[in-house]
Amino acid sequence: MKDFLQIIFTTQFGYSVLRVTTPILFAALAALVSDRAGVINIALEGIMLITALTGVLFSTWFHSAWLGLLMAVIMGTLTGMLLGYFHLKLKTNVILAAVALNLLASGGTIFVLYLIAGDKGISSSLASLTLPKITIPLLDKIPVLGPILSGHNVLTYFALLSVFLMHYFIYKTPMGMRIRAVGENPEAADSVGIGVKKTQFIALAMSGMIASFGGAYMSMGYVSWFSRDMTAGRGFIALAAEAMGGATPIGSFLASLLFGFFDALSNSLQLLRVPAEFVQMIPYVATVVGLVLYTAAKRNQYQRMLIKIGRQLEPEK
Amino acid sequence: MPDDAMLRMEKITKVYPNGIVANNEVDFSIRKGEIHALVGENGAGKSTLMRILFGLEESQKGRILLNGTEIKNESPHIAIANGIGMVHQHFMLVPSLTVAENMILGVEPKKGLRIDLQKAIKDTRALAEKYNLAVDPLAKVQFLSVGIKQKVEILKALYRGAEILILDEPTAVLTPQETKELFSELKLLKKQGNTIIFISHKLHEVKELCDRVTIMRNGRIKGTFNTADVTPTDISRLMVGRDVILEVEKDAAKPKEIVLSVTNLVMANDLGQRAVKGVSFQVRKGEILGIAGVEGNGQRELVKGVTGLERIAHGEVTILGESINRKAIKEIRNLGTCHIPEDRMTYGVAKEMTIEQNVLADKYDSQDYTGRILTKPRAIRDLSQKLVEEYQIKCSSPLQEVGMLSGGNIQKVVVAREFSTNPQLIIADQPTRGIDVGSTEFIRNRLVELRDEDSAVMLVSADLNEVLELSDSLIVMYEGEITAFFEDASKVSEEELGLYMLGIKHQTPEEIGGIVYEK
Amino acid sequence: MKNRKLAFESLRSVLAIAISLAIALVTILLVSDMPGTALKAFLFGPLDSMRHFGNVLEMMIPLIFTGLAVSIMFSAAQFNLGAEGAFFMGAVVSSFVAVQWTLPVVIHPIVSILIGGLTGAVFCGIPALLKVKWGASELVSSLMFNYIAFFFGLYLINYFLRDPNAGAMVSFKLLASAKLPYIIPKTRVHFGIIIAALTIVVMYFFVYRTRWGYKTLLTGLNSQFAKYAGIKTAVVVISAQVIGGFIAGAGGSIELLGLYRRFSWQQLPGYGWSGVIVAILARRNPAYVPLAAFFLAYLRIGADLMSRQSDVQNEIVAIIQGVMIVLIAAAGFLEKAQYRMVFRDATRDLTNVGNTAREVGG
Repeated sequence: MKDFLQIIFTTQFGYSVLRVTTPILFAALAALVSDRAGVINIALEGIMLITALTGVLFSTWFHSAWLGLLMAVIMGTLTGMLLGYFHLKLKTNVILAAVALNLLASGGTIFVLYLIAGDKGISSSLASLTLPKITIPLLDKIPVLGPILSGHNVLTYFALLSVFLMHYFIYKTPMGMRIRAVGENPEAADSVGIGVKKTQFIALAMSGMIASFGGAYMSMGYVSWFSRDMTAGRGFIALAAEAMGGATPIGSFLASLLFGFFDALSNSLQLLRVPAEFVQMIPYVATVVGLVLYTAAKRNQYQRMLIKIGRQLEPEK
Repeated sequence: MPDDAMLRMEKITKVYPNGIVANNEVDFSIRKGEIHALVGENGAGKSTLMRILFGLEESQKGRILLNGTEIKNESPHIAIANGIGMVHQHFMLVPSLTVAENMILGVEPKKGLRIDLQKAIKDTRALAEKYNLAVDPLAKVQFLSVGIKQKVEILKALYRGAEILILDEPTAVLTPQETKELFSELKLLKKQGNTIIFISHKLHEVKELCDRVTIMRNGRIKGTFNTADVTPTDISRLMVGRDVILEVEKDAAKPKEIVLSVTNLVMANDLGQRAVKGVSFQVRKGEILGIAGVEGNGQRELVKGVTGLERIAHGEVTILGESINRKAIKEIRNLGTCHIPEDRMTYGVAKEMTIEQNVLADKYDSQDYTGRILTKPRAIRDLSQKLVEEYQIKCSSPLQEVGMLSGGNIQKVVVAREFSTNPQLIIADQPTRGIDVGSTEFIRNRLVELRDEDSAVMLVSADLNEVLELSDSLIVMYEGEITAFFEDASKVSEEELGLYMLGIKHQTPEEIGGIVYEK
Repeated sequence: MKNRKLAFESLRSVLAIAISLAIALVTILLVSDMPGTALKAFLFGPLDSMRHFGNVLEMMIPLIFTGLAVSIMFSAAQFNLGAEGAFFMGAVVSSFVAVQWTLPVVIHPIVSILIGGLTGAVFCGIPALLKVKWGASELVSSLMFNYIAFFFGLYLINYFLRDPNAGAMVSFKLLASAKLPYIIPKTRVHFGIIIAALTIVVMYFFVYRTRWGYKTLLTGLNSQFAKYAGIKTAVVVISAQVIGGFIAGAGGSIELLGLYRRFSWQQLPGYGWSGVIVAILARRNPAYVPLAAFFLAYLRIGADLMSRQSDVQNEIVAIIQGVMIVLIAAAGFLEKAQYRMVFRDATRDLTNVGNTAREVGG
């Protein structure tokens, strides 16, 4: 127990929580924007994988991590649009289209990786670049907080910033409001001239774009290479985090952080000879438990409302 | 016609893809600054006409003139731009947004990148004040009462510049107090130069509120009058009437013991409001009890309570002496109940399945059609073949998908299935709505035959022809209550029935009490 | 008209397959220096020897099981994607039975497979239960359960069944009594293919010839209608996923007992996802599952042979699969042509529907 506490109360631990939270947070925000428009996007896993590879390839070719990031973002947006095309235009069930996209991404990235790097597992033969880490002046001098908060990859800061950007976008801008209206009552949106499919298409494109930051972070920040299936289910976890966070940016952030905490914990606990696999399972179990607690609470609230209505329905005396 | 019309719809004809003529050469015009009532029975074509005006439907023929120039309302968006607003029966609001946000949805004022919410709130306040429609711009719509939601809808239309406001049965969901409030608000709107089209079934409301009234029946206009010049009874006579009479031959009923007994039943609707307000009645073996009434007066909820589809809020329902309050749907069916649902595509069939599979839906566990493990395809095939022939279902074979059939034939599939179990109690909810004459006649005759074979039939229908032709006795539902009971339906005239259906007349509790034969 | 619709759907499937194969062929032509060899290996490699054809058959076995599992879950309109985890856990648990229990020859694999199946049933059943009881999306929680199954399974193997004398992270050897025998000489096609065939027959009868299957289909197609007809839809929804999980778990167990000497998976094998492809290709009909599984297995073995004999990698299959699923599942693909066809039929068949003016939905 003492060892356990020693692990949690270190600055490295705090630092690593933020580090592992970053990609999940991006993906959760990506899940949020499409979910709010009424489309569940389970292709995030595949989109992150594709963009992780895109980032590595273009940063190698252009000798610029930033151009690599740019290309990854373009690629992610296009993939989101592709999903939108399949779902909205060809009317493929969005879950099946996303499963197809994920399978395509998993095999396709390996195919491309082999073509270009000559290896099916890892991109180490490519001289890919990583995005810079940022030391925040002044903050890094503060004890405890400094080592936890400073010195992260630039995308980690952008992820944190994105929470607020997303909050602003979804609650304060016309487009954000339209997305919410479309997701909640498409008929109402339609009746005031908001194109439902158009709005959903935009939301899916945005979803792809945001997820691509997560993908780029995986291969150009979290580590400095691409390896096969490196997203390891983060796109799926993000869906759960978004659901658990009640489809709000702040809620999704907290849920992602919770997941990041357990993930970091599982990395650290391995030092304590707790079975690694058992520990690695914790985040997923925690996510399911969180999801169930959240939906059960919501359902309870609804039941209470029904009971209240039931009481009002006694015949009038 | 004098050319004082602001808006004029000329020769509007609308035929739905299933062949139903909803509007037949309809001419309709309104003057600026009036409140114009549009009345008619269910299915008379009022809503279709208004949907065409608001750009939700396209007419095959006819044109719309606004201040003398032709306009083409191809979408609601264009209709709004032409100054026409519509308040639907089902509110078009986003529950999690505030009143102000709902107001500006789609036409958001901006300040930089963000919505100028302050302006939205200010505008909402100003508009609310101008028309005396008290709403809180910051309240979330999901927490508002139905009455306030309606005000928001009206404001929403005004905010978008509506000068002609269509209200589709606005009082159907309101309490009497809310209705009163709405009327004074609408009068104020009129005073400020707006024009209102008011769709309603409630003639005293029409009398009270409207300047003129146009009556529709069977897709045609029956006349336009100044409300001051006509009585509710006059209107009712024009509204309610039988054009096509499908005669059903039947002998007098020989009612026997009680099958269905409903006591003080209370049911809620989807909004959690009391939709059925403590009704009691009984249906006996060998008779058809008709439940007449304009749609939306609690009939739907009544059927859901009797068939077990929704929880009974209060009161008791017994079938053959057994209480069904806590019974599962299957158990209720096993008591010998069958149910022709109002909405056949949602509750009546699985459209991707074959006729044969659909026929099996209520008897998949009957020993005639399934053994210990395997179903008996031969027996199922024979049954469906027999039903297809008996009910004259037009199809290539019983293996055809139900979704490919016409409406009338789909309904026959439903009816054939439900009647094939020798039911003790038949709940028939709008059994012939929207289907062709041949199928209608067939189904009605079948209902009478089953009555003669000693089934008890509870027939819910908004179609006057149907209730009057088929019923042995008759009750009328109005606003969730039974307002009339006629022991012998053949002695009721449609005019009289109309007065009860439209809430103009009301029997005494003693008279209504006649429908309970035994305590 | 039913036949027409069927014909149309088949046409759509064939076109989807043709388009995706065409894309793959073009890709091969573009990336390969030896396209002739590559194409030959890809298209005809599986037929060039008994051994290669045997590879196709042995690959079919797990695909059939997961394909059936996903089919039954999708038939109830439940998007449970947990077949992957169920398959893995089925193999893990049955490896315990195969290593630690001493049982007679025929009994041993039977017990092992049944227990593997039960494990799978639990793993797919939990998300179902969470959905019915608390409303948690079965899609999201089944995705989580795949990872839970994976790590939990590895934990069990590595801590309780690991052979310390083996070089890698693998279990002890499975007892010979538990193994499924090879049944075709010169190949590794094992007895599992017979179990698979039996399962197909059983599932076909289950879905189309029993009342439970009927209830499942009805609930999947229109749950409100099912409720109206008196079916307890919650029970149906759970049982469909439990059955699906059982089949997937048994499939994992059979794969292990048929082809492996020890439990040695260090990754999720991916057959659960392949099951989704098979189910879509087969349109959820158990009778078509073997065809779909054969097709997919043939593609994969062809691609494997191509990657061994040429410079094109076998992951090209991923492209084919992706395009294929999307197009087959796309209701809008060729919609206009279908609409024209249906409309022509409908107008021809349309009887005079009378002139009673009635409003629709007014």
